[in-house]
Amino acid sequence: MFLVDYFKDVYGAMKSLLVGMNRTGYYFTHHKEIITEEYPDNRDTLVLPERFRGEVVMTHDENNEHACTGCSACELACPNGSIKIINKFDISPEGKKKKAIDTFVYHLELCTMCGLCVEACPTAAINMANTFEHSVFNRGLLTKRLNKPDSKLKAGVE
Amino acid sequence: MFSLESLTTLVQDWLNKTFPPTIALLFEFVIVGVLAIALFAALGLVLVIMERKVAAWIQIRLGPNRVGPKGMFQSAADTVKLIMKEGLTPDGADKFLFNLAPFIVMMVAMLVLAPIGFAKGFHIWDINIGVLYVSAISSVSVIGILMAGWASNNKYSLLGAMRSGAQMVSYELSVGLSVLSIIVLTGSLNINDIVLSQQTGWWIFKAHIPAIISFVIFIIAVTAETNRAPFDLSEAESELTAGFHTEYSGMKFALFFLAEYINIFIVCAIGATLFLGGWMPFHIGNWESFNHIMDYIPSFLWFFGKTFFLIFLIMWFRWTFPRLRVDQLLNLEWKYLLPISMVNLILMTLIAIKGWHF
Amino acid sequence: MVEEIGKTAEGDLIINVGPQHPATHGVLHLVITLNGETIKKVEPHLGYIHRSIEKMCESLTYRQFIYSTSRMDYLSAHINNHACALTVEKGLGVEIPARAQVIRVLMDELTRIASHELWWGAMAMDLGAFTPFFHAFRERESINDIMEETCGARLTMNYMVPGGVMVDLHPNFQNRVKSFLKLYKQKIHEYDELVTGNIIFQNRMKGVGILSKEAAISYGVTGPAARGSGVSCDIRKLYPYEIYNTLDFEEVLETAGDSYARYLVRLREMNESIKIIEQLIDNIPEGDFQAKTKAVLKLPKGEFYQRVETARGELGVYIVSEGGTTPYRIKFRSPGFSNLSCLDHITRGGKIGDLIASMGTLDLVIPDIDR
Repeated sequence: MFLVDYFKDVYGAMKSLLVGMNRTGYYFTHHKEIITEEYPDNRDTLVLPERFRGEVVMTHDENNEHACTGCSACELACPNGSIKIINKFDISPEGKKKKAIDTFVYHLELCTMCGLCVEACPTAAINMANTFEHSVFNRGLLTKRLNKPDSKLKAGVE
Repeated sequence: MFSLESLTTLVQDWLNKTFPPTIALLFEFVIVGVLAIALFAALGLVLVIMERKVAAWIQIRLGPNRVGPKGMFQSAADTVKLIMKEGLTPDGADKFLFNLAPFIVMMVAMLVLAPIGFAKGFHIWDINIGVLYVSAISSVSVIGILMAGWASNNKYSLLGAMRSGAQMVSYELSVGLSVLSIIVLTGSLNINDIVLSQQTGWWIFKAHIPAIISFVIFIIAVTAETNRAPFDLSEAESELTAGFHTEYSGMKFALFFLAEYINIFIVCAIGATLFLGGWMPFHIGNWESFNHIMDYIPSFLWFFGKTFFLIFLIMWFRWTFPRLRVDQLLNLEWKYLLPISMVNLILMTLIAIKGWHF
Repeated sequence: MVEEIGKTAEGDLIINVGPQHPATHGVLHLVITLNGETIKKVEPHLGYIHRSIEKMCESLTYRQFIYSTSRMDYLSAHINNHACALTVEKGLGVEIPARAQVIRVLMDELTRIASHELWWGAMAMDLGAFTPFFHAFRERESINDIMEETCGARLTMNYMVPGGVMVDLHPNFQNRVKSFLKLYKQKIHEYDELVTGNIIFQNRMKGVGILSKEAAISYGVTGPAARGSGVSCDIRKLYPYEIYNTLDFEEVLETAGDSYARYLVRLREMNESIKIIEQLIDNIPEGDFQAKTKAVLKLPKGEFYQRVETARGELGVYIVSEGGTTPYRIKFRSPGFSNLSCLDHITRGGKIGDLIASMGTLDLVIPDIDR
């Protein structure tokens, strides 16, 4: 009986190993199953889902106008302090002082892409862009100004 | 028909005509040395890229694809990188032994190359105890590994070296016994004679099931002897980081790495010679016309084809199986492989005496 | 007598496994005392990745602090966020819309599968088989793609907000999940072929790292690790939250208590998660995905506690509120810490290889232990 068990052991072991080898052998011969992509080469065809959170950007329309009123809701919502809003006071033609955004400072190096600022924005002035290649050689380049130079507040946004 | 034998005779005749015998012999040494080193370099490059491609395809990846066409020059780039790197010697290490160890491992790998027949009439040294020579010399490599582990003054290295020692000493037995079972059939230790005895068919086909059993045992045991997964306990990446070569870097590490692949090549060459007929083309009994067609394929292609098939088999093992534990490793040898190969040897002897093989 | 460095008085070898080591999957530092290959003692040293998340949370508002818990157990980030959101909702007394509950549970179970997939691959890699790791990533990637499409990120989703979820499901969600279910069912038998049935694997796992039921309870081990020892501790069954009490699934239990039992529990748990997803995917109710909450959340004065079942075990979130906009004190009861504490008990007397195998089946995520 001992010998029978012994050879059963050997047979079972060999069989289990061959089953595993059959599986890896299948993948060795079926190159259609390969799932990796050649990344920098497929940049043109790479499609990211539209909700992907890569970076905070401010949308500007063709007249170089944005919707940011400078209310600092995003600054308050940000858990890491990656947003800093510097306001100025425009003087309208009628001579009234009006609060407007001067610089929207965005620290990409502090951002964790949680999306809370976009949620908090009452005027949908900022949103998350799909860009994801953020490496730079100079750390200073990661501190960005989101409102374009000479951009204005869109008419009708309060 | 193209043959390497005529080439070697041509060179030898020319050397002997032009120079006195001693000088001619010296020249031959130099030529053989250069060829051996060139073969090593080429094998290292080819086997590394082969391993990486096999691994990649099994793991549903693309594998190296940046350097050269389809990434074929990747291992050349790796070699350049390794040469450029600093070869560190740790402070507490035994400096002499630490630096000697990779060379010992490498030299052993080089020495074993001598009796292997690469093609018809093409070998470095046609020694009459070829197989014995190979099994004697290849067991010296454990000294290099123990030396590396001890001299590194690192506990991971030491554990890896000790494991490697236990492993190599025990698996040598199975390798020896399965080699013996073929020797029993051929009645000669000379590698050339063993190949010639397979004129009518390879031993794995001619000697019934015992030959297949000893072939399987041989493959398992040489996988263990070359420290390849699933028997890579001396390196055991997830347990001992890198085992005996944890402290090595740069070219010294590269020598260990190269020696591993050369060892695989050599054991697979021995396996191909013993079981698959070496450079002997695929012959079936007395089918004259079929045998004749097979003869048109050059003998060195047969040899390298068979060897690379066995190498692929060993790579296939590595990328499929998990690693054994150290006590299970020894259990496998002493409780399974050794008794089975002993019984198998008796069966084989019976076959040889009675002449039951084809 | 001068003691040699790295040796005990009895001449046993002391080896540092970690903080940088291939098998610890992070910066865990184990000091192991070895007699030959046999382990005499394992002493975990912690703190290499301590980021004081609990303290950080005290200065963040109730909306903000949820994101940082993704960084604790990054493999079940969604379930961590869920626990925090549930605790805040408990304090606020908000009724969560039915759609949001279903979405949360669906995401939880997808996260659980993704986490177990990664564990399966990483554990096989600990044992020296590299291929399963890549095969596991194939299925895991398709879950990550689903997450990316709906939540906007692959790993640290931050999809939970107090009162529901941040955005509605992507229109594509149901189709993607269904195609994932199809892929999973096609491929799951390969897991058995490649690893479970393998004789080497079974020998490495069976009878190794035995954790008895009593020891599991006394060390506070939870999750699949404890269920492998026969301890019934699934929070989804015992203290159901969200809609778990209406769902049909089993609590997976094994009684052997060895590494193999823990392995089987996790594999079968993936199938249970698939069962839950199948029940819900066609029955997502219409409605709001988020309850109406105030812009600035203030919890009433008091203490709030909520526990959930993460992929690793029981995660408890304890909030002390003084009535302000930020918590006064937050404490996380993380599963990894208690699961690690039994490591010395289960590996003593084994070989180094057993330590690696047992550590693999405990499924430790180091940032979860240190926080």
